[in-house]
Formats: sequence, C-alpha cells, structure tokens
Amino acid sequence: MENLTVTQDTRGLLSEQETTVDDRLEEILSSYRGREDELIPILQQVQQVFGYLPELAMKKIAKFLNLPESSVFGVGTFYAQFKLIPTGRNIIRVCRGTACHVRGSAQILGEIQKQLGISVGETTPDLEYSLETTACFGSCALAPVVVINNKVYGKMTAKKIGEILNKEAQ
Amino acid sequence: MNFEEIKGQAELQWKLMQQSDNIRILIGMGTCGRAAGAEDILDVLNHELAEQNIKADVSPVGCIGLCYAEPMIEIMKPGMPSVFYGNLAPETIPEIIKDYLINGNPRSELALGIRGEGTLDGIPNLFTLPVLKPQVRISLRNCGNINPENINHYIASGGYEGLAKALRMNPQEVIDEIKKSGLRGRGGAGFPTGVKWQFCHDVAGDIKYVICNADEGDPGAFMDRALLEGDPHAVLEGILIGAYAIGATEGYVYIRAEYPLAIQRLRIAIRQMEKYGLLGNDIMGSGFRFNIKIKEGAGAFVCGEETALLASIEGSRGMPHSRPPFPAQSGLWGKPTSINNVETWSNISAIFPKGAEWYASYGTEKSKGTKNFSLAGKIVRTGLIEVPMGISLREIVYDIGGGVPEGKRLKAVQTGGPSGGFIPEDLIDLPVDYESLAQAGSIMGSGGMVIIDEDTCMVDMTKFFLTFTQAESCGKCIPCRWGTKQMLDILDNITNGRGRLGDIELLQELAESVKDNSLCGLGQTAPNPVLTSIRYFRDEYEKHISKKCCPALHCQALISYYILPDKCEGCMICARNCPVQAIEGSKRAVHVIDQHKCIKCGSCLDICPSKFSAVVKVTGKPSDSPEKPIPVASEA
Repeated sequence: MENLTVTQDTRGLLSEQETTVDDRLEEILSSYRGREDELIPILQQVQQVFGYLPELAMKKIAKFLNLPESSVFGVGTFYAQFKLIPTGRNIIRVCRGTACHVRGSAQILGEIQKQLGISVGETTPDLEYSLETTACFGSCALAPVVVINNKVYGKMTAKKIGEILNKEAQ
Repeated sequence: MNFEEIKGQAELQWKLMQQSDNIRILIGMGTCGRAAGAEDILDVLNHELAEQNIKADVSPVGCIGLCYAEPMIEIMKPGMPSVFYGNLAPETIPEIIKDYLINGNPRSELALGIRGEGTLDGIPNLFTLPVLKPQVRISLRNCGNINPENINHYIASGGYEGLAKALRMNPQEVIDEIKKSGLRGRGGAGFPTGVKWQFCHDVAGDIKYVICNADEGDPGAFMDRALLEGDPHAVLEGILIGAYAIGATEGYVYIRAEYPLAIQRLRIAIRQMEKYGLLGNDIMGSGFRFNIKIKEGAGAFVCGEETALLASIEGSRGMPHSRPPFPAQSGLWGKPTSINNVETWSNISAIFPKGAEWYASYGTEKSKGTKNFSLAGKIVRTGLIEVPMGISLREIVYDIGGGVPEGKRLKAVQTGGPSGGFIPEDLIDLPVDYESLAQAGSIMGSGGMVIIDEDTCMVDMTKFFLTFTQAESCGKCIPCRWGTKQMLDILDNITNGRGRLGDIELLQELAESVKDNSLCGLGQTAPNPVLTSIRYFRDEYEKHISKKCCPALHCQALISYYILPDKCEGCMICARNCPVQAIEGSKRAVHVIDQHKCIKCGSCLDICPSKFSAVVKVTGKPSDSPEKPIPVASEA
C-alpha cells in the first residue's frame, strides 16, 4: 500500500512538471539554431533545468532538430549523464575509480545503500536522495571520495559517511 | 594592441607584483585542494588578515602536484624566500599569521619547504625534497606558480611566445620542429605527433579541425584535470600552434562534464584570448584565423576513443567506427581533423620557445621528453608528477611517492587504467617509456598510476577493471560487447568461490580474441588487466580456484571471521555490535561467530579491543575454533 502511494506521488510530480515543460523548453531552444550537433548541449541544459529528460521534451527536441525521435532517445540513453526519470533533490555520487577502490569505496557505497535503503541508480521514495556512482572524479589523492551535490568529501570511511548522511538528513 | 604591447603590460604587472611591498599568499585551489578544505582555509586566512590588519594579496593558484599535502599555501614575504605550508587545518592559520607575518618566526616545523633566493631557518628548499627532485616540469611548468584565471601571468611567464615564434615559421617548418622534438601522443598510444599533423596537413581541404581530447576517463587519472585547472593557456596555446600547422580554422576542446572547474577556467581563458586578439580573424597580425569551442562530454568512457569522440561532437551516440579512414583524412563532419591530448598540447606550447633539441634532450632514444602521472592508491605521497621518460618505477614509487604506507609490501603498479596492466614488484626497476611498458604487457596510457599493496587481491582488481570496461563498452562490436561480459562472469565466479579448473585458460583464450578482434581501442585493450594479472599473479588465480581461498583476504565469499578462543576475554562488545546477531556468547565466555548468519561486515574485527585482538579474518577455517561458547582461557 505504502509503495502505491509513492508511485502516485511520483506520477503527480511528473504530470505537474510536464505541463510546464512547454514554456521552459521553448526558452531553452530559443538560444539554439537547430543544428544536429546541438543535440547533446540541449539535452544537457534540459537535464539541468528539469533534473531529467521528460519524454515530451525529447519529442519536441526531435522536431526542433529535425531528427527522428529514436535518435534523441538513443543519445539520451547512451550517455550516463542523462536520466529519464526525475532525480532526487540531493545527488550522492560515490567514486568507484581505481584509487578509491583500493582504498575501500565499495564499503562506503554499501553503507550509503544501507542507510538510504536504495541501490545505485535509484532515488528515495520521498525524492530526497539519488544515489549514483562515477568512474572517477580525479580527486584520487583524497580517495575514497563521495560527492554530495557537487561538494567533495574526501578520505571517507563508512563511519564518516554515516555521520554526514545523518547531518544532511536533519 | 599588438602582442609586444600586451606582453610589455603583462610583464610590468608581474614585475610590480613580484616587487610589491605587499605580502603575497598563494593558495592551491584546484579540485583536490578544494576537496581537502582549501575554501575553509581561504576564509580563515582572509578573516585573520583583516583582523590583524595585514595587507596581503591572496591569489588562488592551480595544483603544484603535492596532493598529499593539500590544503596548501605559499607565503611570499618581500625580501624573503617564499615558504610552503601544507596539510593545513583552519586553526593553524592564525598561528602562522601571528608567528611568521607579525613576529618573523616561520615556524619551520610546520613548513614543507621554501623556494627562491636565500635560506630560512633550516627549512629545506622545496625542489630538493625527494618528492620534487627527480621531477622535470615542462607541461606543468606554470601549475601552482601563476593564477590560472589571469592571462597576464601566463604571458609574463613566457606564454604565447611559442605561438609568436610558430607564426613566423611556415606550417611545414612547425610540423618539422615537432617531428624533431620526438613528441609522441600523451593520450596513451604514443603515436608521433608530428607525423599525425603531417597527414592532416597533406590532405587537401579548405576546412580542417583540431581537437583537444580532454575526456580523461581512466579511473585513477587526474593529470589533465590538474593541468587544465592550473594552466589552461598552456593547452590553448598548443592548440593554436597545431591549428596553424595543419591549416585548421576551428577547434574544439572535448572535456568531461565531471570537471566543472576545468571547464570554468577554460571559458575564462578563452574570453581573455578573444580580448587580446589571440583568437579571431587575424591572430598576432599574421592573418591566421582560428576560433575554439568547448564541448562538454555527457559521460561515456568510450568517447576518449577518437572516432567515438567525433561522433559525440557531431551530436550522436559516441560509437567508434573502424579506421581507416583516419580522422586526419576524414574526421569531424568528414573533414581532416587532428585530435591530440591535453598534455600533448601543453608540451607543444613549451617546445616552441625553447626549441626541439632542448625538448629531445629529456627522455630516452624513442620516448622523448617528460610524462605526467597521477600517483594514487596505496602510496604515501599521492600527487601529480611530471618525470623525464626513462625514469625507473622504483624512483617514482619510493623516491617521489615515499613508498607504501603502514609498512605494507608493494605488490604491483598499475599503469594505463582499464586499458593497461599490472607490473609486478619484481619489475620495479623497469624504465618508464612506451616500449618497456608495452613489453611488460602494460601500456603507458594517459598517466594513471595506481599503487597496489599486499592487501589487494589481484583477481578482484582485475574484476574491478572488467566491470568498468564491460559497463562502458558501447556495444557496437561483438568481441568487446560479449567478450568483456564473458570475462567478467568468469572473474565473478572465481572471486565468489565458483571458479573451475580450466577457467584461467579460458580467460586467456577469450582475452586474446577480444584483443585481436575488437573494433576500437576500448575493446582491444580491455583484456590487458586479465592478461597481465594471469601472467604475473597466476598463483592467486589458482588459489581462488582450487583452494577456494583469497591470499589477500579480500574476496568476501572466500573469507570468514573467527574469534580466537585463547584470546577472547568474553567482554561481549563484539556481540553487541554485530548488526545481524551472529555472535553467540555471554560474559567471560569465548564468543563464537555463527558462520551462516555472518555477513562478513568486519564490525567485530574493528571493535574488538586491541589489547585482546581476538577477532581474525581468515581464508579457510582455523582448526581450534570451538563450535559453541566455552569459558575464556583465563577462567579455565
């Protein structure tokens, strides 16, 4: 039952956002000329504004660039940066690069998954947190690294990340 | 304003700054510095300077490469050598300001080193420290010395001098100069840069492109990020020289979106270049026309491969195509295109003012110049280093890096990221050049160097890399798409205790065929970790497979935790902390871990008081462990 409510919430949010997709998309597209190589920059901007790529937006972008919808969808699903479902308000990214791996990033990821009750690529039902992994932030000297909303937390331990999440939650 | 006037102005600004009576403080504000707390340090610094009424110029600089010592500041007092302080905590700042700036005591115990003329209180010169002494900084020449957001600093340090010189030569002479320097592509494959340019130059066409590949995707590598953050103009100047040589009028920097600070600094740098007429229709009055754009990657490792990168700039999925045609013949939108790596570009701008002979005097016969590495993993001094080619791994790991921390034994050095391989400890005297690394089964790669100690399981490490390449395989060609998946499955079985006899041979066979048959560099090199780990650490595979044991005590399925009956004092702390109530016992009774319930989280090992040290992590079961709690040894 609880799960069902959550789905409805998410859907509510989706439809609410889609009604405003038009205006905001219009604004984004106005600064582009309609060239094929603008597809990725446009998707990046849409993702930044909406937090994900709404289906409606992808259809309109296809029309704007005179591309088949499948191409836009293809690009949207090919690159790791793009999301097809809304992400949480806070994005936690755990570095799974080599340097972080040998210094124990797997345990840190495990701790976060345990605390938030979600796996990589998922968002908490209240849309508060999304959990992602990245191949490398290039901050290897501080390994293991976790990035929460673009703030870098270095030299993490399972204990420290637990405390940070607790603090964030308050 | 012509370039001479711009240069005069920049030099004047620099000179005034150097000779100023003001105290200058440089603070490392690269991504690493910031992550280590440089922003807090900057706040305290500004606050404290205001509080003490000290007039000082505080400027952010890039990374000098001593990542282990971040956050770091450099204090320049007029008439004194400048002093570096590292590993700073905010509370140390007021002390340094009071003791050094007000009372003249440089607090030598807090200082890392000095630079410049003179001596100070027995503090060593920074560049004589083991970490910096073997280094030669060519591509990183300005990182940590200049404000990367101030083009005048770059120009005053000799910047754009190389471009001016190149523009006085004809394009063929520029190409010949690069050929003479012996410079090879720093992205990893080591193709001679001059030859690549020659191809592109010789192809007829009015539109040509140059591209800077800044899609630094190897996990464990951050050289290009640090360079772009610390000295963006060095890269941009190189691109201009290359564009002139091949006849390109447009260029792109393809950079990963994960590097926001590098992107920001590039944007600032490009704006400054436009203002100074270093981009546009008539650069330095030579008639050379060039413009540059930034393209942010969207997160795909394969886009580091040049044909995939081109597809991505064109707006498609980043999938490679077979070569030939090479991009030099038919690249971006079918036009001749030269793609070079960030570090290559920065070397080019260094070569021109000083000449090819100077550059070629560094390095070995076939590998000229220097190479940047990001030194990370189990190493005392992590950092960004630039060393002459031919230096031994030993010098890098022990002299520069300070060896393995906590007295652990070095097991291997991993170079080249997921495309590279493992070099075992007994090859530690191997010289670092393209040929030697290839002979050892690895590659130079773009410069990731991860140090692996005895606690790391080589099979797990190989699985780690295959997990990465399998996920990043674009799926276009079957050998890579399925081969990486099959290799990963086998490795997964082995690390989970399901390995079978014959798995090693099967892995080798698969690896060879993926290597030979994949479409692009990703697939062709993905088997390298498998092949080198089997070549050098076959016994670890064999132990996993036939004895079901992990010698490094790493693979969860093959390890277990036990409580030693002769050491346990029955304090109950482990039982209370066990998240799954897997530990049975009572006060003054030897505790026992129920192996079926245990999730191997290691909490008991961490929490057991060190005076008892009763919990052990083992692979295989110790013979004297009781089945049920018994009285502790001191009671018996």
